[in-house]
Amino acid sequence: MKPLEFSAPATLDEALGLLAGTGDQTGVLAGGTDLIIQHRSGHRDIGHMIDIKKIPELNVLDFDTKTGLRLGAAVACDDLGAFAPAQKHYPGLVEGAELIGSTQIQSRASVGGNVCNGSPAADTICPLIVLEAVCVVRGKDGEREVAAIDFMTGPGQTALQQGELLVEFRIPPPPPRSSDAYLRFIPRNEMDIAVASAAVAITLADDGKTCVSAKIAIGAVGPTPILVEEAAAALEGRELVNAALEAAGKASSAAAKPITDMRGTVEYRVHMAGVLTRRAASMALERIQESD
Amino acid sequence: MEQQGSSGKGKYKVIGTRPIRHDGEDKVTGRAQYGADIMLQDQLYGHLLRSPHSNAKILKIDTSKAEAMPGVRAVVTSQDFPQGEISAGKKYARDRILASDKALFKGHPIAAVAAEDRWTAEEAAKAIEVSYEVLPAVMDVMEAIKEDAPLVQEGNTTSTLGGQDAKPSNIVNHTQHKRGDVDDGFAKAELVIEREFDTKAVHQGYIEPQNATALARSDGQITVWCSSQAPFWVRAELSALLELPLSRFKVVPMEIGGGFGGKINSYLEAPAVLLSKKTGQPVKLVMSRADVFEATGQASAVHSKIKIGVNKDGAIVAGQAWLAYESGALPSNWGMQGSMCVFAPYKMEHVLIDAYDVLTNTSKVAAYRAPSSPQAMFGTESVMDEIAQELGMDPIELRLKNAVQEGDLRADGPKFPRIGFKETLEAIKNSDHYKSPPPSAPNQARGLAAGFWFNAGMQSSATVGINMDGTASVVTGSVDIGGSRASMSIMAAEALGLTAEEVRPSVADTDSIGHTDVTGGSRTTAVTGTAVYEAAQDAIGQMKKRVAKLWDISEEQVVFEDGAFKSTANGHDPMTVKELGPKLGMTGGPVLGSATVAPKSVGAGFGVHVVDIEVDPETGKVAILRYTAAQDVGTAIHLSYVEGQMQGGVVQGIGWALNEEYIRGEDGAMQNTGFLDYRVPTMLDVPNIETIIVEVPAPGQPYGVRGVGEVPIIPPLGALHNAIYKAIGVRLRALPMSPPSVVKAIHEARKIAEPAAART
Amino acid sequence: MSKKRMVNATINGREQTLLCDNRMSLLDALRDAAGLTGTKEGCLTGDCGACSVVMNGKLVDSCLVMAAEAEGAAITTVEGLAIGSDLHALQQAFLAEAALQCGVCTPGFLVASKALLDRNPDPTEHEIRYWLAGNLCRCTGYQKILEAVQSAAAQLRDNPR
Repeated sequence: MKPLEFSAPATLDEALGLLAGTGDQTGVLAGGTDLIIQHRSGHRDIGHMIDIKKIPELNVLDFDTKTGLRLGAAVACDDLGAFAPAQKHYPGLVEGAELIGSTQIQSRASVGGNVCNGSPAADTICPLIVLEAVCVVRGKDGEREVAAIDFMTGPGQTALQQGELLVEFRIPPPPPRSSDAYLRFIPRNEMDIAVASAAVAITLADDGKTCVSAKIAIGAVGPTPILVEEAAAALEGRELVNAALEAAGKASSAAAKPITDMRGTVEYRVHMAGVLTRRAASMALERIQESD
Repeated sequence: MEQQGSSGKGKYKVIGTRPIRHDGEDKVTGRAQYGADIMLQDQLYGHLLRSPHSNAKILKIDTSKAEAMPGVRAVVTSQDFPQGEISAGKKYARDRILASDKALFKGHPIAAVAAEDRWTAEEAAKAIEVSYEVLPAVMDVMEAIKEDAPLVQEGNTTSTLGGQDAKPSNIVNHTQHKRGDVDDGFAKAELVIEREFDTKAVHQGYIEPQNATALARSDGQITVWCSSQAPFWVRAELSALLELPLSRFKVVPMEIGGGFGGKINSYLEAPAVLLSKKTGQPVKLVMSRADVFEATGQASAVHSKIKIGVNKDGAIVAGQAWLAYESGALPSNWGMQGSMCVFAPYKMEHVLIDAYDVLTNTSKVAAYRAPSSPQAMFGTESVMDEIAQELGMDPIELRLKNAVQEGDLRADGPKFPRIGFKETLEAIKNSDHYKSPPPSAPNQARGLAAGFWFNAGMQSSATVGINMDGTASVVTGSVDIGGSRASMSIMAAEALGLTAEEVRPSVADTDSIGHTDVTGGSRTTAVTGTAVYEAAQDAIGQMKKRVAKLWDISEEQVVFEDGAFKSTANGHDPMTVKELGPKLGMTGGPVLGSATVAPKSVGAGFGVHVVDIEVDPETGKVAILRYTAAQDVGTAIHLSYVEGQMQGGVVQGIGWALNEEYIRGEDGAMQNTGFLDYRVPTMLDVPNIETIIVEVPAPGQPYGVRGVGEVPIIPPLGALHNAIYKAIGVRLRALPMSPPSVVKAIHEARKIAEPAAART
Repeated sequence: MSKKRMVNATINGREQTLLCDNRMSLLDALRDAAGLTGTKEGCLTGDCGACSVVMNGKLVDSCLVMAAEAEGAAITTVEGLAIGSDLHALQQAFLAEAALQCGVCTPGFLVASKALLDRNPDPTEHEIRYWLAGNLCRCTGYQKILEAVQSAAAQLRDNPR
């Protein structure tokens, strides 16, 4: 391992200045639960590690019924999980965040780091996509917004340009009679990386039965997460009985384009994308019905 | 916890209790010193360069750039071992530590560096330039066994049935056991079932990675601190490889963070010594977790064929087994061990067992808890279950009908002394778990299987010193891997009429006690325990003389009973060891008992497990609802650690059955080289494990101990397999029975069933 | 810029200044710079929990924290659980329940269990198993660890320390 420089800037401008000056050997350190492993194993050649946890803008955690949730990129998963408005209004996102690793990992890992790591198996990206989250990105030329569905561009790759930093997520307030859910499959009951995953957000009509809007995203079944419009279409305008849920599951299986690797085969992942879609949709539905 | 059997209760005062372990406080306060915790003055950090290839000729190693780096103190290769003519066996031993002409597996050490800090050592290892000629590699046993397979070791020929084949091959040994005439037996049998099974390589998964620190002094004396199950074997190997007498080495066993057989072979000790010899400074080497997975000994992947023939009443007529064991890139005899276990629990008139040890381009296979038995018995217990199913017999009744007992011949020949297999089967039959109705919701089921391990003998030494206040110290050479110091003190206390707390146990380095073989094979409590008992008897014999002197009677008139010396001649009050202690000085000085033992045989152990499960047929995930393990341990010395060994073994077996495996990519290399994807069970994956301790004392051991640790890893494989079959109606004859394979099996069964249903 | 730094941290209640290479993790700093070798290295990937410590009130894997991040932090390691010769209820329970065999995972389990009981004095079996799922033990099969945590929790509820 080569010598390392380490900085912990206190302001966003200071951080952006460091990022601009250090080139591609910069490692942005939030919780470090991916970065430190990649650095140690040599998978990433890092000459300068920049700890962004001291920057106030990256630690925002705030909910407003009109504007929704603001989630700073460096907020640790356990802090999001303990934030009551998030539990209430975005249970699927909290589920995703709380599934990342052990208790120890929860103390450190952040939703921002989870998506910036660029893994198609990331547990928070599918919930963010179905909640239509916006990723707020800052560079030396100012701020821009990237839709969650556009944030990951390939395995290990994101929409972030050289010198840019993910600052926060803005998630719209949930409409009435809506909820979300996230499910992943892992072989054990803890600690593993998703073999396949599905996030579902649904909104029901005034009748409390008919689905007026649905968003479904599946993960770990392609180079980037997949927003499955056909699965959403299978639910929209229909009562969410078994047939509709089955149809959504089939649509997700059809949309899945996985590879075979040490975590799962193509066949298994295609199958699981459908099972998880159906089960997550059913969970989201139950959540709406329970809150009635 | 239940305890059943003829010994135990009432017979002993200290044995069968639960004292706090003597080394416990240091382990809960963080004071205990494990190998990696050692920090010596002027210590250097070592790093190994490892082969990126699974099979390659080493054409050239250029260490000049590495040696020139600032902070680098030494680089060594295989060339730094004494060179010259060596035997094939010694070349294998040397090549395993540091490759010479060929890199035989990915992760094979090529060179070692010592530097001022670990980062420099790592960078310097990267700067070593190695020219390889990459060769085709073979990972799979069934591929390696083919005639045209690439040869892992060009010089290897097969040792077969007492002879040696002339033709080079990847088969190291062919072992055969034959009794009666199996063809005749199968012809006579009324039901014959033959099936094939596959198990993948798995790892012991101890939490502490291998480590070694060495200091070679200028006067030629060498000290090594390491986490090894077998410090005397480390010393012997260093002596052989460095061509120096045993007396030049002192191996200090540090606290050891798990082993399960995987820390019997040495890996880092010799490179650390070579580096220390070259630098004159202490050198520490520690493996990464990936190194541990890739380059220490996994347990064999095995392909097997099991055929059993029975009569309609369930009596086994004939059994045939064909077993092929992964050996790794260096010769071993795991197949031979499997052949001793595969049919051991059952009486068979006609037997034919063929076992093969097969070279592959993987790290040399190492022992893992009851080594070779789980893979062999997985198939046996599946076929037995299928037979019970076909005959409509209860699986316990089928096993009881065929269970071996005292006087029966084991399938591979030896005659069983007193054993407790039937008692263990009865214990499960009478358990609350087995008597309760099997779970009956959809996709739920119950499975049962048995396990056998012969338990290891070998050699041990011990001393028992009587202190001047009548307390005692017991010293052995057996590394304490799971509470054996407490067991040794219990046995010494029982012999001397003391409490466990009055006996201070310790583990000595190789200078301070006689030769003692490995902590492994469930031999420590039985065999080192025998040495402790004998040493205590030696001390008692010496003390009798002192008592005789005090009482002015002859030595023959002194007996030691119920924890006290008594006189058969006159009316002296009994005298305890505690009372005698202060009088030792005036009667001739200190008393030190010692003993060395090398028992010819030890008592075999049997276990029977029952498990209730639920399968999620959509995801293929298996949830364990209830688990009970019964085992004949002979005599339980420390109840808590007997239960703990059983529970720990079961959980390792559950991991092996459901999720653990070496996943190899197209290049054959292991892909899941960390605990993220090598999925050992977490606390959330397993339920409580109910234990039933059966005690049928082993003949020939003073307290009837059989050993505990090995057996419990065996039955979970078969028990879970049998339960999954009953839950989903399909037999998964390949391990692990992971979610994707369960789903695949269900889907394939449906594909077969659906067209059939369509026709009707 | 320097490749080394002084890290000021309060470790087990004691203020310390440690000279750390920037490449060092908190685990390295504790073991090599502070000499506190009770915290163990098992995997260096955050998958085994043997290096668990509490940093600023949160349970973390010290192998996945850079030493430099510990500047100003309050850290509790296994060495900080006992007060003098007075063992913590968890330490006593681990001994009494035989919740350790080889003992190398024990420091991590103790620190993680203490972090649990500090926030939840009466956890259910599932809550204990879930909280401790990031601590691997390969010897015990976990049952005696569970029993020790339950026993210590009960004792601490009766007689908090």
